[in-house]
Amino acid sequence: MTGILTAGPIVKKQLPRRTTGVIVAVAAVLIAALLVFMITRNPNNSALPTSLGFSLNSFFSWIGGLTPLLQIPIVVAVFAVVVGVILLLVEFAPRPGRGYFWLRVAACFVIPVIAAMLLRPYQNAVLYVVAIALLAGAILFFADYRARAGTGYIFQLITFLAPASILILVGLIYPALSTIFQSFFDKTGKQFVGLGNYVWVFTNPDGFWSVINTLIWAALAPTISIVLGLAYAVFIDKARGEKFLKVMVFMPVAISFVGAGIIFKFVYDYRQGQQIGLLNAVITAFGGQPVGWLDAQPFINTLCLLAVFIWTQTGFAMVFLSAAIKAVPTEQNEAASLDGASSWQLFRNVTVPGIRSSLIVVLTTITIASLKVYDIVAVLTGGRSNSTVVAFEMVNQQQRFQSYGHSAALALVLFLFVTPLIVYNVRQMRKQKEIR
Amino acid sequence: MAVIDADPRFDAKAARAIARTTKKSEADAQKRLTSRGATIAAIIIAIIWTIPTFGLFVTSFRPGADSSSTGWWTVFANPGFTLSNYYDALTSGGTALTLGASFLNSLAIAIPATAIPIAIATLAAYAFAWIPFKGRGILFVFVFALQIVPIQMALVPLLSLFSRGLSINGLGIFPGFTLRDVDHSFATVWIAHAIFAMPLAIFLLHNFISEIPSELVEAARVDGAGHGQIFFRIIIPLSTPAIASFAIFQFIWVWNDLLVATIFAPSTSLPLTQTLNSLSGSWGDKWYLQSAGAFISIIVPLIVFFSLQRFFVRGLLAGATKG
Repeated sequence: MTGILTAGPIVKKQLPRRTTGVIVAVAAVLIAALLVFMITRNPNNSALPTSLGFSLNSFFSWIGGLTPLLQIPIVVAVFAVVVGVILLLVEFAPRPGRGYFWLRVAACFVIPVIAAMLLRPYQNAVLYVVAIALLAGAILFFADYRARAGTGYIFQLITFLAPASILILVGLIYPALSTIFQSFFDKTGKQFVGLGNYVWVFTNPDGFWSVINTLIWAALAPTISIVLGLAYAVFIDKARGEKFLKVMVFMPVAISFVGAGIIFKFVYDYRQGQQIGLLNAVITAFGGQPVGWLDAQPFINTLCLLAVFIWTQTGFAMVFLSAAIKAVPTEQNEAASLDGASSWQLFRNVTVPGIRSSLIVVLTTITIASLKVYDIVAVLTGGRSNSTVVAFEMVNQQQRFQSYGHSAALALVLFLFVTPLIVYNVRQMRKQKEIR
Repeated sequence: MAVIDADPRFDAKAARAIARTTKKSEADAQKRLTSRGATIAAIIIAIIWTIPTFGLFVTSFRPGADSSSTGWWTVFANPGFTLSNYYDALTSGGTALTLGASFLNSLAIAIPATAIPIAIATLAAYAFAWIPFKGRGILFVFVFALQIVPIQMALVPLLSLFSRGLSINGLGIFPGFTLRDVDHSFATVWIAHAIFAMPLAIFLLHNFISEIPSELVEAARVDGAGHGQIFFRIIIPLSTPAIASFAIFQFIWVWNDLLVATIFAPSTSLPLTQTLNSLSGSWGDKWYLQSAGAFISIIVPLIVFFSLQRFFVRGLLAGATKG
């Protein structure tokens, strides 16, 4: 690829490229200076929030007063308008001409200011916030105007990525950073303890068992549910009543873990006398002794919980892989079967390579879901009898013991577990790029 | 997909021509070979997968006294059915809400919390797939890696941001939302769900969008379309199956979510799962009421699955490349 994909005008650059960089850097320093100046000013506690007469808050409280069903179309429509504006801007921004030039100017300066004012900053902060927004807009406009790939290129890029970036920054990166910070501090978050919390994870029985069990979950849950889901998807492909058979296995996906917890109480239930749990009823019918499945150690209760998870995830894998199987071109199957390939060979050499990328996606998704599993453990055992897992222990430490340090260390251990998976996926992505 | 390109056009054409004549007998032969064992295996899996749900279904129609003393399968020996479980579950409900009202809340939460993140993620996925920029690969990997930031960790900082806002050294930049006295406020729940859906949505949609043949995109660009038109006229129609499949799962995840709604939703806006859970708390071992409630909550995800299932049909994309 040439790298230049926008059809921007080829502007005669009078300024050397270096100057552009210097100007952008100076503006960035100005923004930073404004921020520092704003923060170090004397606080004024009597300040009130200000807005342009409308704000996110006023919109949310207006819509919150409506009946729930009426809110749905309104929110979706308002959001559609916002997306529409984004697409229009992106479409028209890079075009040459005076009108489009002023469109970019207006967008770069007006949108950041309006966005800042939607948050209702306090009176004593307003001037700074608006100044920062204006400066940021100016940087954007200037960098975009002088972009190597043509005017409009950076503008388009930012517009496409901005909504997602804001959500991710606020909701994921900021919490993640504060978690890393917390994992080196004690319960209260004030006393620095170094690696103490990590030592706790691997020496305390709760921490230790949660790590072991999580590894079991991550190893067994994806393999079993993918093998079962794929086999099932192949078996019922083009069979009579495919839709019905699909729904039978997909149904657990639609059931909440609250519901699944109730359902499996009727399977694992243990009591003296007459059994109402299915599993123990079968065992006693054959003359065996009833087993307290959810308290059976070691590992038996973990496997029982795992079975519930597999029960819900197999349908997910099946639906995904079935869609992928149907996207494999028919010609390939026909050509192979004309060459005399058996159905196993067909599956092995045509279907599996054809759905490879979907397989990786499903594997990744289910493994991550199994590392993060919380609800099943919480609903069925509450982590007793060494059935706890890392994600459950995290919430447990945080809410029952108010121990944020332990909880944060567990979160980082979890992150460590997922690293190999990410490395593998990145390699796959690279390979696919090379093929193309 | 590489596989499509690997197939020489001539072979494909010849195979198609031959296949047309022998298709019927071929299909019959293949069916005979594979179907018997496969069908039996499929049916066994299907039965094992359905039995637990079926047990709950039967229990939801049994009188309460029966289901707490005998197993649900004994109903075939001495039948006894009632509809009162459903009536009781729907009308009494939890402390603040009936099950019926929280059903509407669930809808009001789940539909926007599906539409909003999908639209935002599709925009971002398009940029990652079709707008080259420096550090694109690394940034994408980073977004992908964010999937593992556990929801439980993000809840507390996010909640304090929503309710107390953001102020640095006593200087308020964002005062937070004042939605306490609003009747049915779902705004914070929508935002929270949108945030938590973002990494997976971007990852999955990018996988699909980046596999759209570049000839299509290039052709549109030559015809003078900008990114806006390419996105709206080519990417969206061609990725409808991917968007629809992800929409199904996002809707189901949001519908079944307990944790996010419990933390962010005010008491009058709680969804079905929360009410069901509180039923189990206040009624203790009255499993028959829970089973009726659980069935009410399963209906909507199944309807969604059925109505969007047609998007799972064979190769919209494959049709476009071969045209």
